Amino acid sequence: MTTNSLTTSRGAGRAGDKVFSGATLAAGCLILAVLFGVALFLVIQAIPALVAPSADIQGGHGFFAYIAPIVVGTLIAAVIALVIAAPIAVGVALFISHYAPRRLASGLGYVVDLLAAIPSVVYGAWGAAFLAPQISPAYGWLASNMGWLPIFQGPASATGKTILTAGIVLSVMVLPIITSLSREIFLQTPKLHEEAALALGATRWEMIKMAVLPFGRPGIVSAIMLGLGRALGETMAVALVLSSGVLTASLIQTGNQTIAAEIALNFPEASGLKVSTLIAAGLVLFIITLAVNMIARWIISRHKEFSGAN
Amino acid sequence: MTVTAPVARKRSALTKGQLPAFAPYVVLAVALVLGAAILALIGFNAFGWGLVSAILFAIGLVGWSALVEGGRKASDKLATCLVVGSFLVALLPLISVIWTVLVNGIPGLVTPGFLTTSMNGVTGSLDNKSVDEGTKVLGGIYHALLGTVQITLLATVISVPVGLLTAIYLVEYGNDRALARAITFFVDVMTGIPSIVAGLFAAAFFFALVGPGTKTGAVAAVALSVLMIPVVVRSSEEMLKIVPNELREAAYALGVRKWRTIIKVVIPTAISGIASGVTLAIARVIGETAPILVTAGFATTINNNVFGGWMASLPTFIYTQILNPTSPSNPDPSSQRAWGAALVLIILVMLLNLVARLVARLFAPKAGR
Amino acid sequence: MKATRFGRNAAIAVIAVGALALTACGSDNATGTAPSATQSAAGVKVTGTLTGIGSSAQGAAMDAWKTNFASANPGATVQYSPDGSGAGRKAILDGSAQFAGSDAYLTDAELATSKTKCGTDGAINIPVYISPIAVAFNIPNVKDLKLDADTVAKIFRGQIANWNDPAIAALNAGVTLPDLKVTPVNRSDDSGTTQNFTDYLASAAPSVWTDKAAGLWPASLKGENAKGTSGVVKTVTDTPGAVTYADDSAVSGKLGTAQIKVGSDFVKISAAAAAKAVELGKPVSGRPTGDLSIKLDRTTTDSSAYPVVLVSYHVVCTTYDKKETADLVKAFESYVVSDAGQQAAAGSAKSAPLSKALQDKAKAALDSIKAKA
Repeated sequence: MTTNSLTTSRGAGRAGDKVFSGATLAAGCLILAVLFGVALFLVIQAIPALVAPSADIQGGHGFFAYIAPIVVGTLIAAVIALVIAAPIAVGVALFISHYAPRRLASGLGYVVDLLAAIPSVVYGAWGAAFLAPQISPAYGWLASNMGWLPIFQGPASATGKTILTAGIVLSVMVLPIITSLSREIFLQTPKLHEEAALALGATRWEMIKMAVLPFGRPGIVSAIMLGLGRALGETMAVALVLSSGVLTASLIQTGNQTIAAEIALNFPEASGLKVSTLIAAGLVLFIITLAVNMIARWIISRHKEFSGAN
Repeated sequence: MTVTAPVARKRSALTKGQLPAFAPYVVLAVALVLGAAILALIGFNAFGWGLVSAILFAIGLVGWSALVEGGRKASDKLATCLVVGSFLVALLPLISVIWTVLVNGIPGLVTPGFLTTSMNGVTGSLDNKSVDEGTKVLGGIYHALLGTVQITLLATVISVPVGLLTAIYLVEYGNDRALARAITFFVDVMTGIPSIVAGLFAAAFFFALVGPGTKTGAVAAVALSVLMIPVVVRSSEEMLKIVPNELREAAYALGVRKWRTIIKVVIPTAISGIASGVTLAIARVIGETAPILVTAGFATTINNNVFGGWMASLPTFIYTQILNPTSPSNPDPSSQRAWGAALVLIILVMLLNLVARLVARLFAPKAGR
Repeated sequence: MKATRFGRNAAIAVIAVGALALTACGSDNATGTAPSATQSAAGVKVTGTLTGIGSSAQGAAMDAWKTNFASANPGATVQYSPDGSGAGRKAILDGSAQFAGSDAYLTDAELATSKTKCGTDGAINIPVYISPIAVAFNIPNVKDLKLDADTVAKIFRGQIANWNDPAIAALNAGVTLPDLKVTPVNRSDDSGTTQNFTDYLASAAPSVWTDKAAGLWPASLKGENAKGTSGVVKTVTDTPGAVTYADDSAVSGKLGTAQIKVGSDFVKISAAAAAKAVELGKPVSGRPTGDLSIKLDRTTTDSSAYPVVLVSYHVVCTTYDKKETADLVKAFESYVVSDAGQQAAAGSAKSAPLSKALQDKAKAALDSIKAKA
């Protein structure tokens, strides 16, 4: 034996380490470069709309008067979607990971994953053709019985194609995303923690509260953020379901609009300054996501202690 | 030993203060009857009956439990009711969507030639004829299916290595450095890129790089990658994070290099989650319409070359068939094709999902528990 | 370890075989007809691929045109992406398409820009597709209504809230109008249909319709809306009392369509009346020779014309870089405006064929297309 197998392997290993860590770094930088490229593209294309005289922008009162109502509309739709989807999704994830019989659980997980794949056009068509007419009588009931609440103020839409319907469709769309990721996280909860909790006499719910949820919290927040990303940026489903209009407080009247749907509805026929205006709207959506993510980061950073690899 | 007989008849100390095993069934029966009674007063419908009964069931069971078993057991029962309830609530729209797709999609899918022909030569007058004479609906989705498979495959080939390596950097090498924090943050921001913007970006990039009017499957794949990478990074990162440190330390203690530890220990441990995340990412982009419309053009014929020429895809096919029917006056054949295509798309993802699970199983280490 | 390796290879093999199987079994012959090898009527052999982007309104007609053109000219293919008129005009201006389909003719500014890619004479607009726009409503047991411009404008502005309003009843003696809420439904997307409909209302009912003609429905009007022609038709079909405007071809038999008052008569919607309205239009002034942009006369009193009509154009360059492209464009567009092309569109998309006079003008304009010397 002229070569020492230990040293050669170490030599190869060191090179391997270098190459591998270099590759991971390069991949990370590539992502930053792409994002920078997208941001640059957006800013360059948006500038004409931001500097144009306000009379030239659609509506005639400048870009900010144009964008403000649809920003609010976007947030309303996303908030409705998350308020409905997040608790249900976490519940479904818990059901699959800790309540359902083992054999059934993997099958259920599979079905939920599939639902993430249904194209948004189909959700849109389903929402417009099936959900809206079905839900429209409920809006009538809300308007006559809960109309004193500004969000349920009548008269209710005759077609049911309102921002609330759009929010419900969005919640159905983001549900599989949140469920799928949360489920994987819950399944990874250290069995020892769970068993320790149960051995101390905890009920199943107490075990989940003490062992599973704290462990999974950053993951749940991440999952919800992914879902929020989809809810904010969803185009076709909203464009097909929502009967858009000016900003309205009532969720059961026609009205409101989201940024992504506004882009989708107007982009095909747009030319000149209109294109810039729409891309500037895209930039605003981008900034909203940025802000929302900063908040989420801040929340997660307060619960760092459960990362296994820190 | 006659002393023991009365003891046996007494309730065991261990089961004292517990609801009997039949309790949920009794409560369910009462809830169903009461629900029916209430609904009969305000007008009966099946959906309302289910809803009211479910609420009554939860109240009844939790209330009884609180009386007999005490607060802790009752809150456990309440949590169970909520978790199972949320699952059932989630099932409603999901079943409805799937049912809609199945009912509308199967007639299209079983039409002979639907899977093996393109839309080449199919015009509105042929659709009018098929409606008037009741003949079979011509035209198929082969070109779109092929396009979707190619575009998505290329997007996956781009996104998965980039996304997975980035996730590894973040978890294993980043050490919470400023760069790692920046990447994590901007990956989150990336999830918020509206899909149409990703498409426009890719189109503008290739216009500048190759020339005006460059629309190919590859451009679409790049656009989809922009949407897909953050999902891959995000889900892989979460999965890598929860690999226990004990495993890494055990490997280091055996003198294994860090990169080999990652490849042989960390990734295999997390592979099931990573595969699920990748599938999710594919599922997220395979149904995207807007970015493909602006990057891959709109073809009605078969194109085998992802790097040249316009290419069709299932989502754009569905989109145009629903919104711009081939025959405006007889949209039914078009909507039949659209729903058929939607069904195929779902089946495609189902197969992908199966493959991902298979891969996960083949790569994953034999788990102890 | 061995077993897993084998498993991995097997998985890769399965995927590869699957992919191969997928690429092998498709066919572009969806209609089951043998490709004919006949030459085009002019006898000129054209080859190559022609790329067009533009109006989705033309989509159905385009399917017919490109199919028939390709079967008459085996070496040539036409591809068309219905991205929208704006996208189409942008594409021909930056050179990414050889022709554009557009529901509006190029503006003067766009015409000036076109000189950079289309030679010194710039681009020209050729009308190729005429579609009458119906006022379609869903009133149980009523299939036919007579309306004038003011009433239509009032209905769509929400000033007439019920179908038994005296204004409607006065125009429709003998029709039993129900006590039903009027739900106007408009297009939520920017569209040529909305542009032409609001142009009609702004010209024919200026006292009621105080907004300018635009591709986007006035934001100040609150009402239901839906995306695309198929979307509004579906919404109206599902909602009793709803009324919309939509390309006549898409209006199903379940809905009623209104007769519109022109001059002193009420005109039923028809292809012939729509073509007549286009014929009555005036050429847009200040346009280069060969350009056939039409300014429609919405206030015409000729009661053989139906003035609520959409004209969609093909925008082509007068000069192309290559002779092959110029020949191809000339051959294709000549087919499109020919009688055969117009009849094919009518069969597929239920559009109104161009009048003979307009066909001849278009043919003459197309003959001026040339390649760069």
